[in-house]
Amino acid sequence: MALTVVFGMLAGAVNAAHAGPYEDALAGFTTDDFSDTANAVDAVVASGSPLAGTVIQALHDGNLLFSATAKKVYIKKDSGEVLDAETGKPIAGTPPDDTDNVRLNNRLRNIVDSAIGALTLMAPDADKRYDAAQSVFKSRPESARPALEKAIAAEKVARVKTAMQQARAALILSASDTSAADKVAAIAVISERGDQDSLGLLDSMSQGQPPEVAQAVTAAKAKINRTLAIWNTVQNLWYGLSLGSVLLLAAIGLAITFGVMGVINMAHGEMVMIGAYVTFVVQEVIRQRYPGLFDYSLTIALPLAFVVAALVGIVIERTVIRFLYGRPLETLLATWGISLVLQQAVRSIFGPTNKEVGNPSWMSGAFDLGGITITYNRMWIIVFTGIVFVALLAMLRFTRLGLEMRAVTQNRRMAAAVGIRTARIDALTFGLGSGIAGIAGVALSQIDNVSPNLGQGYIIDSFMVVVFGGVGNLWGTLVGALTLGIANKFLEPFAGAVLGKIAILVFIILFIQKRPRGMFALKGRAIEA
Amino acid sequence: MYKTLHTAARRPVARKWLAAAAGLVMAATGAMQPAKAADTIKVGILHSLSGTMAISETTLKDVMLMLIDEQNKKGGLLGKKLEAVVVDPASNWPLFAEKARELISKDKVSVVFGCWTSVSRKSVLPVFKELNSILFYPVQFEGEEGERNVFYTGAAPNQQAIPAVDYLMSKDGGSVKRWVLEGTDYVYPRTTNKILEAYLKSKGVKAEDIMINYTPFGFSDWQTEVSKIKAFGSAGKKTAVVSTVNGDANVPFYKELGNQGIKATDIPVMAFSVGEEELAGLDTKPLVGHLAAWNYFESVKNKDNTAFINKWHEFTKKPKRTTNDPMEAHYIGFNMWVKAVEKAKSTDPDKVIAALPGIKQANLTGGISEMLPNHYITKPVLIGEVRADGQFDVVWKTKGLVKGDAWSNYLPGSKDLVADWVKLKCGNYNTVTKKCGSGS
Repeated sequence: MALTVVFGMLAGAVNAAHAGPYEDALAGFTTDDFSDTANAVDAVVASGSPLAGTVIQALHDGNLLFSATAKKVYIKKDSGEVLDAETGKPIAGTPPDDTDNVRLNNRLRNIVDSAIGALTLMAPDADKRYDAAQSVFKSRPESARPALEKAIAAEKVARVKTAMQQARAALILSASDTSAADKVAAIAVISERGDQDSLGLLDSMSQGQPPEVAQAVTAAKAKINRTLAIWNTVQNLWYGLSLGSVLLLAAIGLAITFGVMGVINMAHGEMVMIGAYVTFVVQEVIRQRYPGLFDYSLTIALPLAFVVAALVGIVIERTVIRFLYGRPLETLLATWGISLVLQQAVRSIFGPTNKEVGNPSWMSGAFDLGGITITYNRMWIIVFTGIVFVALLAMLRFTRLGLEMRAVTQNRRMAAAVGIRTARIDALTFGLGSGIAGIAGVALSQIDNVSPNLGQGYIIDSFMVVVFGGVGNLWGTLVGALTLGIANKFLEPFAGAVLGKIAILVFIILFIQKRPRGMFALKGRAIEA
Repeated sequence: MYKTLHTAARRPVARKWLAAAAGLVMAATGAMQPAKAADTIKVGILHSLSGTMAISETTLKDVMLMLIDEQNKKGGLLGKKLEAVVVDPASNWPLFAEKARELISKDKVSVVFGCWTSVSRKSVLPVFKELNSILFYPVQFEGEEGERNVFYTGAAPNQQAIPAVDYLMSKDGGSVKRWVLEGTDYVYPRTTNKILEAYLKSKGVKAEDIMINYTPFGFSDWQTEVSKIKAFGSAGKKTAVVSTVNGDANVPFYKELGNQGIKATDIPVMAFSVGEEELAGLDTKPLVGHLAAWNYFESVKNKDNTAFINKWHEFTKKPKRTTNDPMEAHYIGFNMWVKAVEKAKSTDPDKVIAALPGIKQANLTGGISEMLPNHYITKPVLIGEVRADGQFDVVWKTKGLVKGDAWSNYLPGSKDLVADWVKLKCGNYNTVTKKCGSGS
């Protein structure tokens, strides 16, 4: 302590005669004790020192250091420069050896967040002020009231002003000494906000309110609940669409190999896995060599994943499957064996543990659309699935290869008779199906584990979608995937994830009894008919 | 179908044919003796090296090889070298029993270190009982078991789940009032959640403040579950999630939490099956502050731990490979077994089983763990918060070591049961009826 005082005097920071409340408060950070740190945060904020904001922000960012032996607190800049927290000036030399970060736990993070909220209500950046208002709304520190009033008066941006008024309303409701009329007005503001948090705030209002307040609370709750119910349905639809698009993406390659060619390909999931590992390898190379390209890693991985998975597929077709056409049981066992071989090969090369595949910045985070949260990665996957589906459809419809594929599928001998090399088409078709599974792997690496078991999780679902939608029909696969996805997501909130899944399986079993060839059965002369 | 996948390195046993044949005869008569002619002591390692569980169990095989190697460098045991016998049960539960039988009767191992999932342990139990051998089980699990042939070096529910909930209820943990018990749908989460639910209710938590959810293995679409948690958590009371979600499902779960913007300061998630290894496949920045309860963290600053981590990096030749809680459990278990063998001056299972209770071994977090008469060990309970670098910051620790309790005090069927292999010679003694046997 003596050292602090001496240093404070030397630097002539605040007052020369005696260390001020700010310097005393800083000492609380040097004990590595959560309660002391909490008290220190409060004391620093209360001291009103011009450095308070910097110190609290540094604590929040994990840049506040302390040395227990020297009883000193430092602020580490991103540039590596170390400042003395007392003076805000760079220190001479290096900090002592025992310097360590001031540690936080969740309780402290809340305290720090609300301190920052109160300190940044007047920040020049509108987004920061908005965040500050939200943090006041959540933590509701009564001490923030005067600062909030001042900020509302000065606020020009409508969005931020609304948030601040809502925060003020929350403060009014949680304070004990406000009049009934004020409370009713505040409830009106809260009910405008109308989200889960507002409902929680109203729920937490203690019993024994005056009758007019209680009435307003009940009315506001009913209104919020109505809005939420509508948004819930929209949310379930969106989740269903998202799950459906994942199912479609995983199944669309199978719709080619199983649906069009009739090969029961148990190794389909492993093609997805190979695609995901290609993404991992691409990202590793980018991380080490060209860190600037990280946001493009998926774009680079897509064609590579297609080529690698397609080549593996062609090799499998040429070496194993072509000898087994027309023998579904043998094909099933052989491809199952191949799937195990591929899994173990990946396990031996990359190790059994999960690999980290990062989300590029445009695929991380979420935005709010009305009452639902839409995550970017799910949204882009839906878009991507749509593109893959349309591209595949166009390929089958408008290219020479597509034409030959359809010809071979519909009547192999006739196709051969007009000069199509059916064996080559078989290999290419299988390669195409595998390649598409590979690019599905690129997308799925963004939402799932990249581990050797990745493919196993999707194989059953993929078969379910293809069989349900109708073998040999891409549109059937689309409708099948979306139906299953949406049905699953509407069942889940009521039945739970486990029962929901069982219900879907039972439904499909019954459906297949009624329509063995799926929803959209292929008409005409299919090869195996 | 999995049986075609034997990739494990198995040592040739041909030269011990005679001994093996003799052993078989003895096994048939029920008098198993370790083969006397052997110039090595064999240690069986029964961890999946292929299949779904390889992700967790391969590490444990490696740590066992390291421990055995180290013991041999110190001169072996009872003047003999130790020899590891590695088999691969391929994440296939019946194969675990088969491989255990092979290890004990054919390879004549003196002890087996192995298993991860409870179902694999249950599957090998009859084999260890019948052939009278020793299994060290290193993973935190649901308890409710007290076998003579098994030594449980992982945490029982009272060494992980209960202290974790106590922490969340404390001021530092955020004074949590509302609870989501989220788990994968199988025996460990179901039993743990049953114990936790009873415990929370005994602490005055109302039924409407507890939500229990189960998801299937390998679940990957967490959108609905996470928004359910979000809705449950915005009821105006501090909410926490206690997660017994296992294995691969964790990564998409945490990703979804991060994406939907649920921060640890709003709704902290306390996980019982997420360690350094699981976080390795994740960008942990959005997860900072989420919690895990274990008996060991790699980040614990301690002389023994630093030495252990350095040896591990040296042995695996990977300077970044993480260590985790079950590895520490094997470290403790292996050293306890070594001490017990030295004390018994024999590897005979009966003598070693009798010698083990009371054996003390320093753990890697600065305490001395002891093998208890119920075959569980004493352990400290640590609560860690996820840091941005994928490690854990220990924010809370029990005052002393906690004794493993074989039978939970919070379940109606098991609260009267105790396990004690020293005085009572019984794994499920009923203190009310004063009888051995689970007739409760």
